Amino acid sequence: MTHHMTAVSFQKVSRHFGAVRAVDEVDLEIRPGEFFAMLGPSGSGKTTCLRLIAGFDQPTAGHIEIFGETAEGVPPYRRNVNTVFQDYALFPHLNVADNVAYGLMVRGVPRAERMREAASALELVKLPGYGARKPSQLSGGQRQRVALARALVNRPKVLLLDEPLGALDLKLREQMQEELKSLQKALGVTFVFVTHDQGEALSMADRIAVFSEGRVMQVGTPEEIYKRPRSRFVADFVGSSNVLPPDFVARHGGAVGWASLRPEAVRLSEHEGIGATIVSRSFLGASTRLSLMVGGQRLHATVPAGTSLPDDGSPVRLAFDRADLHLLDDQP
Amino acid sequence: MTMAATTVTMRPSRGGVFGHLSDVLWRNPRLTLFLMLTPPLLWLGIIYLGSLFALLLQSFFSIDEYSGLINREFTLKTYAELLHPSNLDIILRTLVMSATVTVGAAVVAFPIAYYAARYARGKWKALFYLGIMLPLWSSYLVKVYAWKLILAREGILNWLFAKAHLTWLLDAWLALPIVGGNSLSVSHTGTFLVFLYVWLPYMILPIQAALERVPANLVEASADLGASPRQTFTKVLLPLALPGVIAGSIFTFSLTMGDYIIPQIVGTSRRFIGQAVYAHQGTAGNIPLAAAFTVVPIVVMGFYLWFAKRRGAFDAV
Amino acid sequence: MRSDRNQSAPVGLKIAAAAGLLFLHLPILLIFVYAFTTEERTYQWPPPGFTLKWFAVTWNRPDVWEALILSVKVASISTVIALVLGTLCAAAVSGSRFFGREAISLLVILPIALPGIITGIALRSAFSLAEIPFSFWTIILGHATFCVVIVYNNAIARFRRTSGSLMEASMDLGADGFQTFRYVILPNIGTALLAGGMLAFALSFDEVIVTTFTAGQQQTLPIWMLEELVRPRQRPVTNVVAMVVVIVTFLPILVAYYLTRDGDQVAGGGK
Repeated sequence: MTHHMTAVSFQKVSRHFGAVRAVDEVDLEIRPGEFFAMLGPSGSGKTTCLRLIAGFDQPTAGHIEIFGETAEGVPPYRRNVNTVFQDYALFPHLNVADNVAYGLMVRGVPRAERMREAASALELVKLPGYGARKPSQLSGGQRQRVALARALVNRPKVLLLDEPLGALDLKLREQMQEELKSLQKALGVTFVFVTHDQGEALSMADRIAVFSEGRVMQVGTPEEIYKRPRSRFVADFVGSSNVLPPDFVARHGGAVGWASLRPEAVRLSEHEGIGATIVSRSFLGASTRLSLMVGGQRLHATVPAGTSLPDDGSPVRLAFDRADLHLLDDQP
Repeated sequence: MTMAATTVTMRPSRGGVFGHLSDVLWRNPRLTLFLMLTPPLLWLGIIYLGSLFALLLQSFFSIDEYSGLINREFTLKTYAELLHPSNLDIILRTLVMSATVTVGAAVVAFPIAYYAARYARGKWKALFYLGIMLPLWSSYLVKVYAWKLILAREGILNWLFAKAHLTWLLDAWLALPIVGGNSLSVSHTGTFLVFLYVWLPYMILPIQAALERVPANLVEASADLGASPRQTFTKVLLPLALPGVIAGSIFTFSLTMGDYIIPQIVGTSRRFIGQAVYAHQGTAGNIPLAAAFTVVPIVVMGFYLWFAKRRGAFDAV
Repeated sequence: MRSDRNQSAPVGLKIAAAAGLLFLHLPILLIFVYAFTTEERTYQWPPPGFTLKWFAVTWNRPDVWEALILSVKVASISTVIALVLGTLCAAAVSGSRFFGREAISLLVILPIALPGIITGIALRSAFSLAEIPFSFWTIILGHATFCVVIVYNNAIARFRRTSGSLMEASMDLGADGFQTFRYVILPNIGTALLAGGMLAFALSFDEVIVTTFTAGQQQTLPIWMLEELVRPRQRPVTNVVAMVVVIVTFLPILVAYYLTRDGDQVAGGGK
């Protein structure tokens, strides 16, 4: 193996708050220059991990390295790591330019130089000429861009983003997703992105770590995570797979054990296949999601919009490839 | 902007005394907290709590009736003295006055608070707020003095009664036992009016705060469910304003109970607790009895606060 | 409560509210009228005539000046002490959770929650036990103690409104504790501190109950007034002083209101 330095490495890192194990023996390797997402429901420990990297919090046990240097005991103001906060945390008493130049100012960069840097950072986030405004005069999306510029102007080795798109409306969020992604590619900076939105993680990240109850359940590329969830939790949380019990799997697939099946892997057919009944349906635009009963087992299927479907309560037949049935690592 | 990565991930301390001190404080949050809390806690702990404790201690001393010197031995004798009829009389008078002032303040304050919270908007809201804050913060003595002017025999109130040909009504009121007296400025009615005036803002603000916190949809929901405005008021707003009233009453009750200046300037020669404390520690030099007297408001307020906390009044303060 | 925006108040309520506000303000206005009366010996209403001469008389009274200067000195020093102690306390209480946090808030509020006479006599008996003679500084000890809470209330309200992530953002961007205090915390709580300081000054300038117990022979302006109230000797001069006191205390309150009007209320609930 070549000597490959990691950007952020967690070695058996725990953070306990009293009896609560917010982060529980987490091992992670984040590679330089990658867009890494930490995905999980609230309280799963993903934000605490972010705070451990930023230095706002210290691990109870374990070891953290950032580009090979020990992080424990180093205050946040001495780490070359910057954060885009969930509420943006723009300084309300400073204008946009002074907000962006803040990091340079406290490090003693002369005013003229830091104003120049701030202006070019604002250009980078497509807000040229906004320097004189106060944060209160900006829209949510603009504030977010300022927060991004304020972090990037310091040329961090790792940029941390704490649910940065959570407060934006859908359209703006989709636009920002694309921009963030291309910005990251252009700058080559390691991005660590915390989110509870699986769609966001899947569409933006190079790799994803799925968190649950302070532990990392699975790390992998979006495709791996989506197609081959290794545990029931990941199957459920990422794209709501069908989780099927061993007897069902044995009857229709061959193997023995709990398995996951993506709803879009299920096909309806008129004559051959497994007998089922349509219980209900919901129209999703490009597709329709069906709730079916197969024997005593509930199953979801997603079919393209426009598929002609019988009424609720009607019998149908369904089929899927055996290869789409993935055995889970944890057998509940 | 180029993103040439800097070579170091962890920067050194910025150096200097502040840089190093900052690192030390960051590594020891407990030390930081300790350093921040020490000055205020030393001040309040030693000067204030120490004094309160000294006062409490003195209430267990007694005064030698012949020499007038303080006998520093533990005794409950001084507390027994509190039960002397003339002292009980003082305590009872003070408590009744405090209760009356509290009820009066609640009655007068409610419409103001209600209007300010529910109807005043924009400029009017600010005006109402200042209209309550300015009297609250203006000089206590000036306010008392103003009432000395108002209640004086040759003052504006008597003049108004005379102009309205209602002097007979005032005289009839002053002829009543307990509330009456030679003139308004030497009657319990006068004392009551001044207390009411001086402490009124303390009642308005918490009631207003409590009413402001009633969500609009609650009022709408009540109306939607078929309640008349009167029913909405008595069944929804009044119960929700109650914590505010209780919070306000903490102030009016406590402040009335501890005051010694108002009854000294406007009122009868009958004493209130504050005056008794002042007189005993002053000319009489009987600090133990004065201390024992102060324990009465402390105990009463202790119970009162306990009751108020149970009714959730602290959120409205 | 926004439901009544388009609804006007019942007439009875309007009258009661207006009457209540008049009740609060007329007595203070009355003071202004009396400052100009020609009547010297009684509180006669209506005033038989108006004159400005009492302003000149008051201006030339050394005892009034002495009392005024003492009051200003006491209020200034007490305010400075209260600013330091109150801010430290508010920062500690709002910045972290620790055992005894509630007890500290209670301790800070106690000097104004208990009647002033208790604070007064407690300090007096402590001074006599410790054999500390009355002086300028014994007055300060008392005043600073109850002024702390005013600053504390104002500061803590602002600290609560100032999101904790601002401080984290500052540290994240490379500012250490002292830089964060200077560049982020102070600018954000500055107006609240100024407001708290103004109110503390007004409170100290006006205080009489505790002061009677801690002042010995010295006269602050309120003590001077109290003497005049109990044993009136110079009614017209007292009228003028009362009016000046009203004006002097209104200014800091208006400034404090202006400084804190968007957001936290002026913490007057705990005067």
